[in-house]
Amino acid sequence: MTALVASALQKRYGSVVALGGVDLTVEPGELVGLIGANGAGKSTLMKIACGLVRPSAGEAMVCGAPARSRDARRSLGYLAELFRFPGWATASEVLALHQQLAGSLGGRTERDELLELVGLSDAAGRRVEGMSKGMQQRLGIAQALIGEPKLLLLDEPTSALDPAGRRDIRTLLLGLRERGVAVLLNSHLLGELELVCDRVVVLGHGRIVAAGRPEELTRTGGVEIQTGDGIRRFPQARREDIPRLVSELVSQGVDIYEVSLIRDTLEDVYLQALERE
Amino acid sequence: MRETLIIARHAVQETIRRRVFVVVLVLTILFLALFTVASAKAFAAEGSFQFGSNGPVGPAGVASLTTVTLLGLGVFGSLFLAAVLGVFLTVGAVAGDAERGLLQPLVVRPLGRRQFLLGRLVGAAAVSIAYVTVLYAVVLVIVHQAGGQWPDFIVGPAVALMGAVTILVAMSLLGSVFLSTMANGIAMFMLYGAGLVSGLLASIGAALNAHTVQTISHDITIALPFEGLYEAAVHSFASNAAGLARVAVNLGPFGAAQAGSTFFYLWAVVYFGLAAMIATAGFERRDL
Repeated sequence: MTALVASALQKRYGSVVALGGVDLTVEPGELVGLIGANGAGKSTLMKIACGLVRPSAGEAMVCGAPARSRDARRSLGYLAELFRFPGWATASEVLALHQQLAGSLGGRTERDELLELVGLSDAAGRRVEGMSKGMQQRLGIAQALIGEPKLLLLDEPTSALDPAGRRDIRTLLLGLRERGVAVLLNSHLLGELELVCDRVVVLGHGRIVAAGRPEELTRTGGVEIQTGDGIRRFPQARREDIPRLVSELVSQGVDIYEVSLIRDTLEDVYLQALERE
Repeated sequence: MRETLIIARHAVQETIRRRVFVVVLVLTILFLALFTVASAKAFAAEGSFQFGSNGPVGPAGVASLTTVTLLGLGVFGSLFLAAVLGVFLTVGAVAGDAERGLLQPLVVRPLGRRQFLLGRLVGAAAVSIAYVTVLYAVVLVIVHQAGGQWPDFIVGPAVALMGAVTILVAMSLLGSVFLSTMANGIAMFMLYGAGLVSGLLASIGAALNAHTVQTISHDITIALPFEGLYEAAVHSFASNAAGLARVAVNLGPFGAAQAGSTFFYLWAVVYFGLAAMIATAGFERRDL
């Protein structure tokens, strides 16, 4: 069953159009990245999917159930962009509360596993108010994983993490994908999305302006060859031209040290999409 | 029901474990200490005096007057402190917590928003009711220790006080659905003040026999039934009293001119239900 289906989803706040008719599906085991400028509608799309916001038109279905329904919320885990847990509670207490609300029977074993998964094994008894922002974000991710959700909605999950923390979360996401969990990931860290996502959706002014696999979206932009007398660029060349170019240069007696295929990054794709808008 | 109880328990835990609870505890002890001293001094200083054309008031009448006045003061203080606690627990329960990001992780869980709100209401009301009951009981004991008298009725006023704090909690929770924490706090402060003014108007109306003033006071009490319940509690302290004690109950600074009625108690229940229903409907429709 498809984890998330958004059909002609619209959301207006007065005269402001946050979503202008978005169609999107996320299949089980698929990791979909959302990118777009601030106010493009990424968080609104996630909030509609998890029932925090009512759509003005269209519908969202989570694992076959209408978003906002209890069945839909039983199937998902959500990490908000701006979230907080009570400062007086310990990490373990936060997870225990969410286990109760989610109806999870995992008990202490599940809590310990999740804390270990996000690197907080030693902080189970620590109060939230004594945690760094990065630790709180890790706890937020652990909270979203309670009850083994089929769909994970993560809104900027790595914004407060250091590079090592980001790598841990990437590894975690890849593990979840292998277990068949569908993930919708919203992040401004485009390089990160490029590394883990099966598909990337670019939102602009509440509409999808580009979508596809990262390698489809990122086109080649020429070949760069580092030679003994400097870097030579071949802007029109493609991957299959590389052997010929190298052969020609070698026959001319040029020393070659490195050959690079230049690709547009997701950032380039994103900026071009915004310019077209 | 299970989810409601989980949220209620969480709310109670939050009350007890936040540092502000220590502040409430310290202020309560301070209030009770001052009240103990004031009660002892008041009974030590009492004597007999002339009461208009009714002749001299003897020691028994003065003791009765002192008891009723002190009880009025004690109940006023108890309700005020309980109101502060109850409002504090609920003033930012929806809009404030949503703004701080505390609410979203909870309401995406498979519990209804109605159950969530009911849980917050039950938790805050339970804490406030327990607090006001304990405070009321201690006030009665202090006055009895100082003057040797119990009020005419004990349980009725306690129930009325519990009702008053429950309505205040419901009003604050309702406000939190539609207003920011700051705006709701100011609104609750002003409504509580309006209730006090209504009580004073009732006393003035009774003293001057001014029906319009009494009608205005009565209408405010209908709009803010926590005040009517408070007045009913104070009024019933000396239901059987006569003479000066009766006058103190009706006109004194900590007295109450309006007694409760069956209609009013029913209205208070309906008012509570309406507040809870409107809060739930507003919360169901609110985007977070």
